[in-house]
Amino acid sequence: MLVFGGIALIAAGMLFGDIFAVFVLHQNGGQTGQALLGAANAVAAQDSSAVKVAFARIGNLLEDRGTKVDAHVHMIDAGYLALLLALLQPYVNLSSSSKKLLARLFLSGALLLPVGIFLIHYVGLAYSPFPVIGWASVLADSAGALLIIVLLIEGWGFRNYMRDGNATPVEPELPKDRTWERRMLLSGGTVLVLLGFVYGAWYAGINLYEHENREMVILKNLLEQPAGAGGIGSSVNAYGMLQAEKAVQIAAHSHIIEFGVLAILLSFVQPFVFLSEKWKRIWVRILLAGSLILPVFVLLELKLGLLAGAIADVGGLMVVVALVGMLVGVVRHTGSLDAEPGRAR
Amino acid sequence: MNRARKVLIFGGTLLAAFGMLYGLHYAVFVEHQTLDGMGGSLARAFTNAGEGRAGDSRLALTAYRDIKYTYVRQVDLHSHWIGLAMLMIVLGVVFDEVAFGERARFAIALAMLLGSIVFPLGVILQTARMAGLGSVLAIAGSAIVIGALGATAVGFMKDDKGGAT
Repeated sequence: MLVFGGIALIAAGMLFGDIFAVFVLHQNGGQTGQALLGAANAVAAQDSSAVKVAFARIGNLLEDRGTKVDAHVHMIDAGYLALLLALLQPYVNLSSSSKKLLARLFLSGALLLPVGIFLIHYVGLAYSPFPVIGWASVLADSAGALLIIVLLIEGWGFRNYMRDGNATPVEPELPKDRTWERRMLLSGGTVLVLLGFVYGAWYAGINLYEHENREMVILKNLLEQPAGAGGIGSSVNAYGMLQAEKAVQIAAHSHIIEFGVLAILLSFVQPFVFLSEKWKRIWVRILLAGSLILPVFVLLELKLGLLAGAIADVGGLMVVVALVGMLVGVVRHTGSLDAEPGRAR
Repeated sequence: MNRARKVLIFGGTLLAAFGMLYGLHYAVFVEHQTLDGMGGSLARAFTNAGEGRAGDSRLALTAYRDIKYTYVRQVDLHSHWIGLAMLMIVLGVVFDEVAFGERARFAIALAMLLGSIVFPLGVILQTARMAGLGSVLAIAGSAIVIGALGATAVGFMKDDKGGAT
């Protein structure tokens, strides 16, 4: 249940991210830039009410974007946690019925959390008794609390196992095969994570403070433009470029690490993928290729433009397709347990 | 289960739970107010400028810069703590396949745990008027994690002809 739910959550979260990137992200950025230009022009024209209207629009656009990014990230991360919990089950000393209940609760929370986050922008503060927290936030926070409770109980079961020095696993351990798929996913995933860490350290050391300082300089320039000055447009463009620069660098860092962790996790569940060797290797190759293509071309978006963005989206789609392919293998494995032993084709 | 795996799995689980509790606390008690303060101060900077009050506008812009500086690091702290914890647990499951001796594996696992605690701790100290010490800890923590991860990658690559245990 956790293996299937985990892969399904990751695939759904990535598909949502791809749809968001293609249909929402760029349009949202353009609208935010237009709203900021409107605010700057209103400042230059000394029209404070128009400034407020423009900022209400900017706030609305940022919330729209932020909640969709959060829904995408939280669904994938919950999927990772589900896979992790699946790996830990042999070492969790709880009854079988308790484990099944915990798995159901975890997957329910993992589904409700991103749904709640996604709805924050649309539900707003309607009928909410709180001044700044709406019902969708309450749903998301409650689902997050449910995940924490399940994790703590699983941790308690793991602690019980650890306290017994001579304990044997309470369930059969995952087979430790040394197949080509496992080795490729394990070493490829670790290298991806390492690349992401090195790039993140470079970003924090070189770009983080420079971006923060540049943002202040641009905003000061915007606020000090005289009425009718032609520099407002170029300052807004500079602000938009800075936001894009930050977004692609952070996205490249986070995506390559997440894909690395995903590859390592998927190496463990290969014994449950009931497919022929040929198809298993095809899915592994597609997954690793997509995992490298997406972050590299996200990073190149500022230099190559929409072409790089389109290639990055194809990379994301390759990962989703590989995940769905493996998911089909997991479904076939569960079916094979109830049927006569057969040969995978 | 050997010592290295215990350090990674148990340490990672504790870190993940701690990071999630911090995130829950932050989401309920801090984030909405912080976002309101950040958006509000930027809007005030523009509104004040629109009303010709340049001094108030500059003050609001400075407030925006300070709130955003803290916000970015607090969110980074939450995500990096949980991310590193998850990585530790994942590596813990498969750490027997790192082709080094038990002592070396234990040292790598300890380095992963140490770096995963020190790096986010340095990030949060940057928001508590200890930017210098925070930066030193964050750099040291990330260097330790990168070193440990590099050693792990080498261990996995060496292990081509069978498990280490």
